[in-house]
Amino acid sequence: MQKYSIFNLIKNALSNHEKWDLAWKDPTPKKEYDVIIIGGGGHGLATAYYLAKEHNITNVAIIEKGWIGGGNVGRNTTIIRSNYMYDDNALFSEFGMSLWRKMSQDLNYNVMFSPRGIINLAHSDAQMNVYARRGNSMRLNGIDAVLLNREQVKEIIPMADFSENVRFPIFGGLMQPSAGTARHDAVAWGYARQADSMGVDIIQNCEVIGFDVSAGKISGVRTSRGDIKTKKIGLCVAGSTNILAEKLNMRLPIETHLLQACVSEPVKPVLDRVVTFGAGHFYISQSDKGEMVMGGDLDGYNSYAQRGNLPTLQHVLTEGIAMMPFLSKLKMLRTWGGIMDMSMDGSPIIDKTHIEGLYLNCGWCYGGFKATPASGWTFAYTIAQDRVHDLNAGYSLNRFNTGHLLDEKGLGTKTWIS
Amino acid sequence: MLHIKCPHCGMRSQNEFSYGGDATVKRPELNKEISDQDWDNFVYNRKSLRGKHWELWQHLSGCRQWIKVERDTATHEIFNTLKANEDIS
Repeated sequence: MQKYSIFNLIKNALSNHEKWDLAWKDPTPKKEYDVIIIGGGGHGLATAYYLAKEHNITNVAIIEKGWIGGGNVGRNTTIIRSNYMYDDNALFSEFGMSLWRKMSQDLNYNVMFSPRGIINLAHSDAQMNVYARRGNSMRLNGIDAVLLNREQVKEIIPMADFSENVRFPIFGGLMQPSAGTARHDAVAWGYARQADSMGVDIIQNCEVIGFDVSAGKISGVRTSRGDIKTKKIGLCVAGSTNILAEKLNMRLPIETHLLQACVSEPVKPVLDRVVTFGAGHFYISQSDKGEMVMGGDLDGYNSYAQRGNLPTLQHVLTEGIAMMPFLSKLKMLRTWGGIMDMSMDGSPIIDKTHIEGLYLNCGWCYGGFKATPASGWTFAYTIAQDRVHDLNAGYSLNRFNTGHLLDEKGLGTKTWIS
Repeated sequence: MLHIKCPHCGMRSQNEFSYGGDATVKRPELNKEISDQDWDNFVYNRKSLRGKHWELWQHLSGCRQWIKVERDTATHEIFNTLKANEDIS
């Protein structure tokens, strides 16, 4: 594989950039693989990368119905954070942060990780108390957290509405300075390129039609490009999890819902943090191109449509304008939607299943992007070692049966409620 | 925007409704032996169909009645609506 470096850049400039190697190959599926990862999104690509890198398992195929990086890793709001209160979520996400910090070097691909900090705004005394508690929990787990008062928030984001007579005045906020953003497409491409260079086959335009299970064990997968034998399958298909689970006669604690996001026209630098509104569900950051990147609530009903409805978008942007009134002057550049695998307690599942050789990675709700490296790392461990790692022990499938829920937001089984 | 025909009030916009989830999920019968799996299926496990899906909605800003709606989760097309006590045929 050609290394990306300043010298190679200059060298290839001399040949008009026409002689770069392909970033990854386009192989035809082999008859058999040691491991097949279904789903060529961020998590699937990361899983294949860590299988090869950490566990030396390189006879691996990623099969993807469309093209790699074309799902949620290509359409999220790029926020990376670990500001969780529960130990399982906090330690998992903070491990992810350690991978994010060195990802560009690891992958030899600039993922433009920008640890600009995230501020969750508080709009009441009670909310300040809750944030103080969450901040303390974070610090006990070694995650940086700073409780900001109104004046401190005003210094950092002066463009927010600090007038006295608003419905949701800003009382302060909780900041995780090490949180940030990254270029989402680069994450998918970086993982794909490295995985490919270590021998992983990335097979695109290959739809899974069915599974071969004999005596409770996985023996292969049937695809639109032929049958492939394997003893281990990792399912990494986010919003399509239920569709594939149905082919295995499995019912999962997952519902597929739609989340929208949008960007404004590009403007000059105005916001150098990620900010979330505390009296509703709205988050915003500014991209390097100057667009304001915004998102908020789910549309609120089961959907595979990958496109949203306007009432939700209007509701989300109303919150945005309440928080930062200048947004009302901006024109909208693009809006889009993606389908989310909403779990019943708001936390993900990375686990083995009752079928030997079938491993499950799903339930990321709307927090999948930041989890990409940690998810890939722990899922690769679980597949390679056939057991869960301490980091994903809390993300078991049977926690819904045993009652060990990870309901970080305390929304009950209707995590899609806004 | 969805337009949902409330069986009590007629065609109304989505803004008046709130969503209540899969309408085919049945609570296990009382005073009978129930397995953990049955409870799991009632409380947590969902089919989350792609395509025609019977679901509960509440006409929150209207008659406040719960209704059943048959909607396509891939196209958002609505085929049928029923009162909450009417059986899905």
